[in-house]
Amino acid sequence: MHLLHSSATTVLADAKGGEVDASPLDGSQNWSSTPVEPTGNSPELEGAHHPDGAAQPVLRLRGLTKVYHVGDVDVHALRGVDLDVYTGEFLAIMGPSGSGKSTLMNMIGCLDQPTAGTYELDGIQTSQLNEDQLAAVRNRKIGFVFQMFNLLPRVSAVEQVELPLIYAGVKDRRKRALAALDRLGVGNRARHKPSELSGGQQQRVAIARALVMEPTIIMADEPTGNLDTRSSEELMELLQELNRESGITIVLVTHESDIAAHTRRVVEVRDGRVVNDRAVGSVIEASAVLASLPPPE
Amino acid sequence: MQLPLSLRVALLALFSNKLRAALTMLGVVIGVAAVVSLMSIGRGAQAQITEQVQSLGTNLLFITPGQQRQQGNVRSGAGGAQTLSWSDAQAIQDELGGNLLTAVVAERQIGGAQLIASGQNLQTRVIGVSPGYDSVRNYPVAAGSFITDTHMEQRARVIVLGSGVTQKLFGDGDPLDQNVRVSTSGRTGAQMRVIGVLEPKGGSLQNLDDQAFVPFTTVGARLAPSRTPQAAEMVSSITVSVADEKLIDDAIQQISSLIRQRHRVAEDDFVISSQRDFLQSLNQITALFTAFLGAIAGISLVVGGIGIMNIMLVSVTERTREIGIRKAVGARARDILSQFLVEAVVVSLAGGLTGIGVGIGISRLVSQLDLGGRAIPSIVAPDAALLAFTVSAAVGLFFGIYPAMRAARLNPIEALRYE
Repeated sequence: MHLLHSSATTVLADAKGGEVDASPLDGSQNWSSTPVEPTGNSPELEGAHHPDGAAQPVLRLRGLTKVYHVGDVDVHALRGVDLDVYTGEFLAIMGPSGSGKSTLMNMIGCLDQPTAGTYELDGIQTSQLNEDQLAAVRNRKIGFVFQMFNLLPRVSAVEQVELPLIYAGVKDRRKRALAALDRLGVGNRARHKPSELSGGQQQRVAIARALVMEPTIIMADEPTGNLDTRSSEELMELLQELNRESGITIVLVTHESDIAAHTRRVVEVRDGRVVNDRAVGSVIEASAVLASLPPPE
Repeated sequence: MQLPLSLRVALLALFSNKLRAALTMLGVVIGVAAVVSLMSIGRGAQAQITEQVQSLGTNLLFITPGQQRQQGNVRSGAGGAQTLSWSDAQAIQDELGGNLLTAVVAERQIGGAQLIASGQNLQTRVIGVSPGYDSVRNYPVAAGSFITDTHMEQRARVIVLGSGVTQKLFGDGDPLDQNVRVSTSGRTGAQMRVIGVLEPKGGSLQNLDDQAFVPFTTVGARLAPSRTPQAAEMVSSITVSVADEKLIDDAIQQISSLIRQRHRVAEDDFVISSQRDFLQSLNQITALFTAFLGAIAGISLVVGGIGIMNIMLVSVTERTREIGIRKAVGARARDILSQFLVEAVVVSLAGGLTGIGVGIGISRLVSQLDLGGRAIPSIVAPDAALLAFTVSAAVGLFFGIYPAMRAARLNPIEALRYE
C-alpha cells in the first residue's frame, strides 16, 4: 500500500521535473492546474495507508524555487520542487553536496523563504509569513535534530528541553520537559550538562527537545554526520521506534545511502530538482544491525 | 519571553564566564565609584564652606579698599596709599550705628609676623582688630577673654591666639598670661601677653586657626612697618553687621555715600561685598567644581560602557551557534534582542551597584584621612548614587543595544552553520 502511494508521488515529481526543466518559474505557476491529480488520488491511498484517514499531506511543496544572488551571479539552488509528505511517513532527502538538499531542508524547516512557489505545512501557507510568524511555526510545528545535536553548552538537559517551551510561552515547562526526557529514557540525567552526558544520552536529549512541543514533523539534518556506526545505528533505532510506535512524521536529510535505507521513502535531489522519489524496498532495521555489531568493549 | 526568565538566561550566560563578566563589570564599577566618591567629596566640601560662611551670619558687609586711580590728575582720597582708614570705620559707626548697623569692626592684617614663645618659632598671620570682632566674625573664645576697649585705648601688648597657634607654640601647656614675642619685618618686635585662646574653627579656604589677634591700635604703635599717623590709621577691611538681612541693600547704599563723601571721590575707591553675594558666588564655584569632577568621572563610565559593548560583541560572535539553535527552536528576533540586552544591563547594573558601594567606601575613607589637621568632608548624596545607578543602566542599554541587534538579526541558517 505504501509502495503504491509513494510511486504515485514519484510519478508526480517526475512529471513536474520535466515541466520545470523548461522554465523554473513556469513550474510554480503551472502547479495549480496539476495538483488536483495527487490530491484526487491521495484520499483513497491515504485512507488505505493511514487508518485515521488524513486526506491532506502534512507537507505540500509546489514549484518551490530558491535563487541566491551571489554578487552578480544568480545561483539556482532549487528549481521548482514538488513534494508531498503524509502524516506518519519517514523519508530521507538525499543528494550530493550542492544538490540543493540543504536549501530544501531550510525551506521545509521554515528557516528560509522560497523565491517562488508555495509551501504548505500542516495547512499553513508559509510563504506569506513574516519572520516572527516563521519563528512561531518552527516553534510549534517543527522539531529539529541537528548534526552534533547542537545542545547549548553549560545548560542542563532539562533546560535544553525547556528551550522551545520558553519561546512558546508555555506554563509548567519543567514538568513537560521532564516528561519528554522520561519518554526518551534520560529522565535521570535531567540535571546533567552536555559535557557530563554520553553521546547516546546527548542524542536522546536532542530528540526530547525536538519532541517536547509535539511538532507536526521532525527535521533531522545529517544527524549521523559525525557519529560512528554504533551511535548512528542507535540514533536510527530511536527514530525508527518513534516513527513506528508514535507515528511521528520524520524528514531526514543525509548523503549516506545506508542511513537513508533505514527510512521508508527516499527523495533524491540533484541540481535543485527532485530526480527520484522511491519507496525503500527493504528497510534496514537498526536494531538488527546493532545486534550484529560486536559489543562495545 | 517574560523578564524573569530572560534574566535567568542572562545570569546563566554571565556565570558561565565569571572572570570575563567581572572584568567587564570592573569598567562600570570604576566609573560609578569615581562619580559617587568625587561627587560626595565635592558636596562635602561645598557643605563645609557654606556652613562656615553661614556661621558668620548672612547679614555681614565687608568694606575693603578698592582700586585706586593714579592716572591723569585724579586725586587720591584720604587715607593715602590705602584708601580705608580707622576714621572711616569710626564715621560709619557714628553715623549709621544703632538702628541700621548693630556692629562695626575694623581689622588690619600684618603678613609675615613671627611669633616666638617657649623656644618655639612660628610664622603666621597677625591681625589687628577692634573689640567686638570676635562676635561679629564668630570666633568663640575657649579660654581667657578677647580684646577690649581698654586694650584699644592703651595700645596694650596683649594677644589672642588661634587654637592652631596655641598648639604649635605651647603644645598642651596653658598659654594664658604667657609671653609671646611678635616681630614683623622692619620692627624689632614686642613681648605680648596671651589673654585668650580661641576655639578651633578649621576652614576650607584658609586655616582660621593659624592666626592671632592683637588690638588694632597696637598694630599701628608697635608692629606696622611705617610709624606715620596716617599709616597707623590704615585698615585692611571693615566688617559691619546689619540689623536685618532686609536692610542690606539700604546699608550698602548709605555706607557707600558716606565713604564717597568722606573720600571726596567720584569713582569708588572701595568695595562693599555682602556675605550673601559671597555665599552665592562660592556656591556657584563649588557646584561647578563638583559638576566638573563628576563629568571627569563620567568619562570613565563611558569607557566602561565601551568595554561592555566590546565584550558583548565578542559574546555574540562566540554564541552565534547558540543563537542559531534558539532561533531554530522558535526564538523571535526580539527574544534574542532582549536576551542580550538584559545581559548587558545586568552587567552594568551589577557594576553600578558595586560601584556605588565602592564609591561610598572611598569617600568615607577619604573623609577619615587626616591631611595636616584638616579632614576632607564627604556627603554621600542619594541623588548622586541614584544618578550613577540610572546612568549605569543607561550605559548598559546604550552600549548593549548594538551587539544585541546584531545577534537578533543573525540569519538562523548561517548561525547554525557557524563553526
